[in-house]
Amino acid sequence: MSLTGKDKAVVSNLWGKIALNSDLIGAEALGRMLTASPQTKTYFSHWSDLSPTSEQVKKHGAVILKAIGEAVEGIDDLKLNLSRLSELHAFKLQVDPNNFKILSHSIQLVIAMYYPKDFTPEVQVSVDKFLQNVALALSEKYR
Amino acid sequence: MVVWTESELSIINSIFSSLDYEDIGPKALCRCLIVYPWTQRYFGGFGNLYNAAAIKSNPNIAAHGIKILHGLDRAVKNMDGIKETYAELSTLHSEKLHVDPDNFTLLGNCLTIEIAAKLGDGFTAETQGTFQKFMAVVVNALGKQYH
Repeated sequence: MSLTGKDKAVVSNLWGKIALNSDLIGAEALGRMLTASPQTKTYFSHWSDLSPTSEQVKKHGAVILKAIGEAVEGIDDLKLNLSRLSELHAFKLQVDPNNFKILSHSIQLVIAMYYPKDFTPEVQVSVDKFLQNVALALSEKYR
Repeated sequence: MVVWTESELSIINSIFSSLDYEDIGPKALCRCLIVYPWTQRYFGGFGNLYNAAAIKSNPNIAAHGIKILHGLDRAVKNMDGIKETYAELSTLHSEKLHVDPDNFTLLGNCLTIEIAAKLGDGFTAETQGTFQKFMAVVVNALGKQYH
């Protein structure tokens, strides 16, 4: 489901509104994912604290959302722009790509919580497609 | 059998007792039809679904959203027997409506998002975890009679 010009504009526009809070959104999204989908905790067994308020979780959530912001900037060629991250997830982290869907849902839910008026269904279509394409680009190097 | 803690039961009851069915039901179904347009395949007889505006103003869709949400009441009232509670509805969705059970998860996700949007940070991580567990059990029960 490739991104149209309209999708890209919607995503860019929304990112413009939420970028300032990206650390918070990232922290919440990751924290919620670990709580609501506990099977995802298996990828973070090296952390001492996996609760939503953990500093490790908050820090890493911010890292993830920052990377997503960079993906927004590089939206015209996600495969190229996410190539390094794809290698990381494929060869080092070896995250089952199904989990990208789980995190995507979590991110969208947090955006809906903090920006209910902006995260209309019409906006969500483009965001869901974008995150799906990010996930695809991240899975590129897997096999 | 699914085990519910006292806390989980309390959270689910609290969500549903303060839920505005007439508001959230239509919104959740509309969101599903707009965000995942292939789900429209099951609503051929419901009138105009041509674009987001049409979907949102379609009275048949609104009514059906409310109906679906009330359908969840059955599970809330029978938390220890959700599988049995939905046996008949599962057969209906499989043999009469021919709904791909993956779609149940999509609608469940849209409902979760609408509730999150309504409650804001009142929708804590613990609440979310419990609600998603509840929806997963419901979805599983609705898929049970497919063969």
